[in-house]
Amino acid sequence: MSHKVLLNSKEVNITLHRLACQLIENHDDFSETVLIGIQPRGKFLANRLAQVLTEDYKIKNIQLGHLDITFFRDDFRRGDKPLEANTTKIDFIVEDKNVVFIDDVLYTGRSIRSALTAIQSFGRPKDIELLTLIDRRFSRHLPIQPNYRGRQVDAIDNQKVIVKWVENEEEDAVYLVDK
Amino acid sequence: MSELSVNHLLGIKYLTKQDIDLIFETADQFKEVINRPIKKVPSLRDITIANLFFENSTRTKLSFELAEKRLSADVINFSASQSSVKKGETLIDTVNNILSMKVDMVVMRHPNPGAGVFLSKHVNASIINAGDGAHEHPTQALLDSYSIREKLGSVKGKNVVIVGDILHSRVALSNIYALQLQGAHVMVCGPKTLLPKYIKDLGVKVETNLKKALEWCDVANMLRVQNERMDISYFPSTREYTQQFGVNKELLDSLNKEIVIMHPGPINRGVEITSDVADSKQAIILNQVENGVAVRMAVIYLLASKIKQ
Repeated sequence: MSHKVLLNSKEVNITLHRLACQLIENHDDFSETVLIGIQPRGKFLANRLAQVLTEDYKIKNIQLGHLDITFFRDDFRRGDKPLEANTTKIDFIVEDKNVVFIDDVLYTGRSIRSALTAIQSFGRPKDIELLTLIDRRFSRHLPIQPNYRGRQVDAIDNQKVIVKWVENEEEDAVYLVDK
Repeated sequence: MSELSVNHLLGIKYLTKQDIDLIFETADQFKEVINRPIKKVPSLRDITIANLFFENSTRTKLSFELAEKRLSADVINFSASQSSVKKGETLIDTVNNILSMKVDMVVMRHPNPGAGVFLSKHVNASIINAGDGAHEHPTQALLDSYSIREKLGSVKGKNVVIVGDILHSRVALSNIYALQLQGAHVMVCGPKTLLPKYIKDLGVKVETNLKKALEWCDVANMLRVQNERMDISYFPSTREYTQQFGVNKELLDSLNKEIVIMHPGPINRGVEITSDVADSKQAIILNQVENGVAVRMAVIYLLASKIKQ
């Protein structure tokens, strides 16, 4: 199985800071903005971004939540494996807020389609943006594009992008591997 | 990835501990869903569920129907009193007729024990037993255990007493299986006439003194006296039953600890439990009802995920 490093630890860190700065450009003090990490893997990126915004850029009162999309997916009963639910934790109102969806890899766009439906259960946001660490070009099934992207990659279908976080996988890194 | 070991929910007897854990973990997520401003998810858009109630029910029927609708399933309801069953149609014919309308899942309550098992062998649909005679009522036992887990942190190692009419109760049997599977200690308490003769063989303690039973337990599950299933008199009078097996505030206050009071409903206030106890903060009766919807959503969701397209 071949391994290609897309981003190493230092590059992940630089990218996180760039994405944080781009968010600040558009969202100022975040008083009208909420960050939503898409479960299961977007949660880690969302937590890290919130940490960077709070600690390095002194943004106070970041509202951060996690959204599970399992029950909104369009492949229920279509795959071999059962879909396993994760926790949703949104303890604030999204009505009239600027929502930023955060996910590690944007691939077919179907997860984001599910998230767009799921978030409606919590109110009507003013607008919704998408931030993704890795954008796999030319692989979309739906007309969905990110507003903020860390790195754009061209990968073929039998390759997989793996994002690791130091919190639970001992390093910050992004790999491209053959399935 | 985990999935249920069964294709039907016919009784707790057929489940494993892992099944119960999976149901509870999934129910946790659905409990969050039903507390959102919009309490509905689209998972089961392409599933049709028939609720067949050959016996009366309020809570269970509403709870199942709500769970199905919150999962976006299409629902058809059937109650025996308004149907062709009265004209002499057999159970299999009734169900097969309903299934030919492209129904994927059947939730059935029936007065005969084993009706669900029988049906599962003869029809091509996922069956959920919503109570079969005095045999099993698996979703009630699941929601009872789920409520204990929510209130006390876990079921394992807890002492649970089931009080009342054990003989005619499907809730009691399912609860005994479910609690034991999760490592709880179970006792039954009631008049000797309402305790099945071989109940000890299930590995439960038996007690006929309510005070002693309550002193032993962490949780008391109070059952209703099922007069509709009694063809003979099992105790001298309701008044005497209440005096010996009814829980009241004085009795609870006389214990040296605070126990959790549960009741599967419908309550006969003033018989097995007084109003001040039923409405006290020790009682989690209404939490049980709320959890019932989440647990049933989990069961339906997990079984539906096994229905092949």
